[in-house]
Amino acid sequence: MATLLFAEHDDASLNPVTARALTAALALGAPVHVLVVGENARPAAEAAAKLEGVAEVLLADAPVYAHRLAEPVASLGVALAAQYDALVAPSTAVWKSVLPRIAALIDVMQVSDAVAVIAPDIFERPIYAGNAIQRVRVRDAKKVVTIRTAAFAATGEGGSAPIRAITPADAPAGTLFVGEQIAASERPDLTAARIIVSGGRAVGSAENFAKVIEPLADALGAAVGASRAAVDAGYAPNDWQVGQTGKVVAPDLYVAVGISGAIQHLAGMKDSKVIVAINKDEDAPIFSVADFGLVGDLFQLVPELTAEIAKAKA
Amino acid sequence: MKILVPVKRVVDYNVKIRVKPDGSGVELANVKMSMNPFDEIAIEEALRLKEAGKATEVIAVSIGPVKTDETIRTALAMGADRGIWVKTDEAGIEPLTVAKILRKIVEAEGPGLVILGKQAIDDDANQTGQMLSALLGWPQATFASKVVVGEGKIDVTREIDGGLQTLELALPAVLTTDLRLNEPRYASLPNIMKAKKKPIEEKSAADLGIDLSPRLEVLSTLEPAGRTAGKKVGSVAELVGDLKQAGVI
Repeated sequence: MATLLFAEHDDASLNPVTARALTAALALGAPVHVLVVGENARPAAEAAAKLEGVAEVLLADAPVYAHRLAEPVASLGVALAAQYDALVAPSTAVWKSVLPRIAALIDVMQVSDAVAVIAPDIFERPIYAGNAIQRVRVRDAKKVVTIRTAAFAATGEGGSAPIRAITPADAPAGTLFVGEQIAASERPDLTAARIIVSGGRAVGSAENFAKVIEPLADALGAAVGASRAAVDAGYAPNDWQVGQTGKVVAPDLYVAVGISGAIQHLAGMKDSKVIVAINKDEDAPIFSVADFGLVGDLFQLVPELTAEIAKAKA
Repeated sequence: MKILVPVKRVVDYNVKIRVKPDGSGVELANVKMSMNPFDEIAIEEALRLKEAGKATEVIAVSIGPVKTDETIRTALAMGADRGIWVKTDEAGIEPLTVAKILRKIVEAEGPGLVILGKQAIDDDANQTGQMLSALLGWPQATFASKVVVGEGKIDVTREIDGGLQTLELALPAVLTTDLRLNEPRYASLPNIMKAKKKPIEEKSAADLGIDLSPRLEVLSTLEPAGRTAGKKVGSVAELVGDLKQAGVI
């Protein structure tokens, strides 16, 4: 039987984490079908069809799936589950909300945040904020798995899978969409960025984020992240939070500015390829994971770095 | 309206855990335990709704072996009215099983709202609330950062990728808390004393007819691949040179 991969997308485009989750789905060894569920989501389905190794794209396109609310999307997943051995999704806010519902309704214990596929029924997953890695075997007949996409490389394009429209499943009532505030940004998405510049509490204010952190990010073509302390203090929006309970990232370059390096933050970025830490406290724990550490005043060093980068790129 | 708040006893968030050298698990003996921080936020939210006259009673429930009642007592000291302790021989009951137990408790108690932490900081599973909501057939709102209770409904603002989303749920419903929903209160000494007299009802999973056997077999628990400190650089120019050499800029 096949594997069903739930695509992360915004109807108009496919989120790059889908290609990373596809790598994990393909590792299960069975043909992979990708489900694109949404409203006016054909563009995302067409992008999914181009990914290498996808056998078929299922497109569930209906008003009931606007905003991918958990209840109707889970009902669709349950209706499709009988045809699949494994249900796989990237660990994004949408699928973290949906997959456990499906798992409960088909009576399967979910594997959350898999970071490695050892065998079709054996996975590794982090526990205790990544301070331990658990290897688990699924005893249930079916597998329901969310994927920590930072742990997998993206599968490339080159495929041309057929797109099959499927009819919506019955959807439970009870939840109404009221509104959404999504920050428009020219910067790359945090979970897909090649470079991330993150600020911590020492940045001191939202104004300083705009004045110090964001120009460095823009000079590098980077996404902007933040520590929990900075988000809690209101210096940065919640969706910038990197850490155990925020986003888990593994970019090529992670620049931590004024971040001390609490366990919970390290859990969200310690798999980055190269880590740079800029902090005035030379004993800050962040330096214990940094490849390159710069001790000093961030308000002096970061503008200097921004200027150097701009010069190097000019 | 009653509010049910499940709370979990976990290793305190300040403790640096130790993986046992034989790969059999994480060292839990003589380690400081506390209430899961997201569950404290859940208790706090329930108490605020009660104080605002939107709820009549806050019930804390926990599932686990000896000493789990300490965590329930913490909830009572914060201000919950009474507790339910589902006793088990082992800790670490899987989320699917926990959700099944909670469904039985919900059916018995008839709350209008169940508020859970979005994840426990030990297994980091992030499943129980969603599973409970699905098993009950109730609406869910995960990762709540703002809750407004209306007449027979509740508006919930949620933290999602890229920003915030607001949903309106018909009650009864299930919520899971995110970090910024509120700042939990500390229990005062008089309230800690008062909590000792509040009732905790004990139940067993067998009474509820729930099979506790795990569905996931834990083969091993290992230390993650370590990362060693690199070097301190003396200047911005040196840093840029190193980054160029590393091929990342």
